[in-house]
Amino acid sequence: MLTESLTVSRAAFEAGTGWELKPEGACRGDICIPLASPPDGDNVDVASMATQMALPLVADEKHGLWSLGPYSGGNTTLVSAQAPELTLPDLDGNMFSLSSLRGQKVLMIAWSPY
Amino acid sequence: MWQTFRNQLHADGLEIVTVGLETAGAEACRPYIEAAAPEHPSLIDQGHKSAELFGFINIPNAVWIDEDGVIVRPSETAPGPASIEREARNPFAGMEPPQHLMEIAGEAVNIQSSPAEYEAAIRDWVAKGADSQFALSADEVIARSQPRDGDAATGQAHFELAARLEAMGHHDDAVPHYREAHRLTPNNFSYKRQAWSLEPSGGDLAGPVTRFWQGPVEGAEDQWPYEGDWLSEVRAKGAENYYEAWKP
Repeated sequence: MLTESLTVSRAAFEAGTGWELKPEGACRGDICIPLASPPDGDNVDVASMATQMALPLVADEKHGLWSLGPYSGGNTTLVSAQAPELTLPDLDGNMFSLSSLRGQKVLMIAWSPY
Repeated sequence: MWQTFRNQLHADGLEIVTVGLETAGAEACRPYIEAAAPEHPSLIDQGHKSAELFGFINIPNAVWIDEDGVIVRPSETAPGPASIEREARNPFAGMEPPQHLMEIAGEAVNIQSSPAEYEAAIRDWVAKGADSQFALSADEVIARSQPRDGDAATGQAHFELAARLEAMGHHDDAVPHYREAHRLTPNNFSYKRQAWSLEPSGGDLAGPVTRFWQGPVEGAEDQWPYEGDWLSEVRAKGAENYYEAWKP
């Protein structure tokens, strides 16, 4: 998740990381990471969450950007078989969410022009 | 190719989504997408977000997701269906290909995958659903997903920064983050190819073919900003090991 500020809203944190903030901790699918100091109110302290969830936080000081990397506590990319939400634009900039295809089998293929 | 395959199986409940991993953005993908004329969703992923979430480390890689949104096969090599004829495309049409690209093409012909087995597996899953032997349990899906330790997670954070800086037009500032991503996630070949493909090509080339140079230019080797390049990495690894062997 990229951010220009180390304080973000709960909604921005959840959408950016895919981890939902619940009373039991930060959760994805059936996995929850307990939080010793859970966010209070709507503001999320990104640096504190990075420490509590063991997420890497990388800075680019020149451009005032931070990148909060993904969770690696399970030692695998996936921690749950539930597909994470993915919303991306098409060629014309229309946003499309993978979850809109529920009810169909989906083969999602990555390609590149290089 | 995938569009034809999709139309064969769409009535049986299969949808295809293609994701173009391309920091250079939609316009770089446009000629390919327009030529394929897909009726399925065809998305552009400038930050390689799908790769971070699902574990794509090269292309083509794919995941299978069932009707309930459950992944039943994690990211793996996904060769185009063997039964569908590919349109012959000559990227060197009307030109004398430079030696460097001839050498790349010479290695690329030795890349191996399992298109017939992979296609048969997809067809089996579409027909049988959860009863297909190729639809894996949740535990198996997680266990087979790409390994990720703290270094890999940090490398992914660097890549996301690099891609954003590139998209903002700060190529020179993106390079150190690409380099860190490469160092920390050495198995991620699309992170490497993405960065290599954004460097200047040699020869007297123009158009999409310039993106395949992916290495130092003769006489300007000291300007190549990366440790590796396509030709030397593929030769060191062996083209036959470019993709992991497909595991049913």
